[in-house]
Amino acid sequence: MKPVLEVVDLQVSYYTDAGRARALDGVNLTLYPGEKLGLVGESGSGKSTMALAMMRMIKPPGRIEGGKVIVGGTNLTELSEEGMLKARLSKIAYIPQGAMNSLNPVLRIGRQMIDAIKAHEPKMPKSEMEERSIEALNSVDLKASVFHMYPHELSGGMKQRVCIAIGILLKPQVIIADEPTSALDVVTQRQVMETIDHVQEQIGAAVILIGHDMGLMAQFVDKVAVMYAGRLAEVSPVRDMFLDPKHPYAQALINSLPSLENKGVFQGIPGLAPALLRLPSGCAFHPRCAQAMDICKIERPELIHMGGREVACHLYTSEAPERIALETADRSE
Amino acid sequence: MAELLEFQNVTKVYSRGVLTKTSTTALNNVSFKLSEDEPTIMTVAGESGSGKTTLAMLMLGFIKPSSGRILYRGKDINALRGEERLTFRREVQAVFQDPFAVFNPFYTVDHLLSVPIAKFKLARSKAEAYEKMVEALTAVGLRAEDVLGRFPHQLSGGQRQRINVARALVLRPRLLVADEPVSMVDASLRANILETLRSLQRNYGVSIIYITHDLTTAYHIAKSIMVLYRGSVMEAGDVDTVIKQPQHPYTRLLIDSIPWPDINRRWGETEIKAKESEINDHGTGCKFQARCPFAMEQCAVPPPLFRIHDHQAASCYLHEQHPQIASEQLSELMPA
Repeated sequence: MKPVLEVVDLQVSYYTDAGRARALDGVNLTLYPGEKLGLVGESGSGKSTMALAMMRMIKPPGRIEGGKVIVGGTNLTELSEEGMLKARLSKIAYIPQGAMNSLNPVLRIGRQMIDAIKAHEPKMPKSEMEERSIEALNSVDLKASVFHMYPHELSGGMKQRVCIAIGILLKPQVIIADEPTSALDVVTQRQVMETIDHVQEQIGAAVILIGHDMGLMAQFVDKVAVMYAGRLAEVSPVRDMFLDPKHPYAQALINSLPSLENKGVFQGIPGLAPALLRLPSGCAFHPRCAQAMDICKIERPELIHMGGREVACHLYTSEAPERIALETADRSE
Repeated sequence: MAELLEFQNVTKVYSRGVLTKTSTTALNNVSFKLSEDEPTIMTVAGESGSGKTTLAMLMLGFIKPSSGRILYRGKDINALRGEERLTFRREVQAVFQDPFAVFNPFYTVDHLLSVPIAKFKLARSKAEAYEKMVEALTAVGLRAEDVLGRFPHQLSGGQRQRINVARALVLRPRLLVADEPVSMVDASLRANILETLRSLQRNYGVSIIYITHDLTTAYHIAKSIMVLYRGSVMEAGDVDTVIKQPQHPYTRLLIDSIPWPDINRRWGETEIKAKESEINDHGTGCKFQARCPFAMEQCAVPPPLFRIHDHQAASCYLHEQHPQIASEQLSELMPA
């Protein structure tokens, strides 16, 4: 199967008065049709920058400095502005954080949907546009009457579903959802996620879900990518990630999760996220890492493949074979 | 046993329109007590529109109840005057949801912490005020040298939220109303803030009303819980019992909708019958009946609370066989 999305060595920097902040530093990612990937990390780890970079929506002082974003064979970074305008929504769609606030309050929902289609297919007859919009509304479980409503007549969850409907109007191959449910209640959240799941299956798109709610990740995605300071720390299938995280940061993240068994135990991750302007040397996580070694301060670990997973940590590079041997010995006991 | 805070059959109705009055009952006949002697953490849980924020506003004295009374240490909070009112204002503090919106970007953290000290004349000298600030910051796990003198934009969301807690703490409150304090903070920092809140209760004797829609954190921090839906109490009691063995269909739906970070626990076994947004008329009976998979004829009459266990009650006819209790008795089954 051919991958639907390939991100190759993506680099994004923000130029501020205080210097250059590397928000994304060589990120590689591959996604197949129908796959659901969760992108997690603390605020400032580069999750949202990643989404914006894939959409080519990074604004100055930020700049994409290198790398490729290939969607269905087209390299988005090489497209003209005009071409990119066409590619957005038709190849790759973005549901931003708090998308429900992005609806225009003085236009009816239908008008906003038709505007989106018109931008891509100006010659399509109006009746067909309307038909397609209503079809999209139906697929997110909204009644056709919503087409004639104004945003203020809808609840938060319904507005969020309208935004998803707009996102899938042109049947994109990749849908990026940046914390699509962070402002919603649990029950509505479940409905919205079920909606995304359902339409994703219908149009066979790949989904990237960005967020820090690990619960949502456990329930929704197939694969989890953990970001730390603009780089991927670990990419693993969701089961492996939750049952046996490899990277120490991923381990801390999983251990900090509340469950019904460990009532009253609050295990935060010590320390603060590093400032991108002054990244620690070597592995950016080493000042907070309980298993840090000397090499971690000097050399930056590269992402290595380990049986279907990818981890960037010196614990698993060849420099520390005795450590791995020790660990396997521990486990066999 | 003296009561710190007592809600006596509090109802809040918002009405609008001049000729054709339409009214919304935001809170319907809610009663509970918090004891003065044993500081506790009580969760008020519910979706948006459940009345949980109205409850917080009432508690803080920002709005007045339509009927019923709210007593703070035995006195109606809306009848407090002068000195007593000032004491109430000092002893009941709040922490709100958004740590990014509550700071004035022009002032440093020092200003935020020193204004309440000056306002309530808690310190005689600058040095004493500084000492109090440092003490409060230490209590929430921040180092004074890290945050004092800084502007809000130089701090992370977690630091800001902890400063909000510290601001409340300098005033030596008896009661802290925390309205969704962690919903906008990174998951890895949530644990720190919850731990801070819990240590306030343990070490400083502060009672906390923890308002949230997140039952996971509620379970971890609180002793008792009250689940609201459309202003009515659906279920209440001991947090362990309510979350592990929910009895009301609404609580079950809520708990079943939590995305547990557990790969072996799948989401959504209870079917969601109707969408909240599609229900226009909640009727006069049980507020949940339109969405309830077990709705019966008798649900047209609002169900009273039935006491299921020593520390659990639900307002649902499915539990008719259990003894009925009045809403004023609810506090008896809340563990301290």
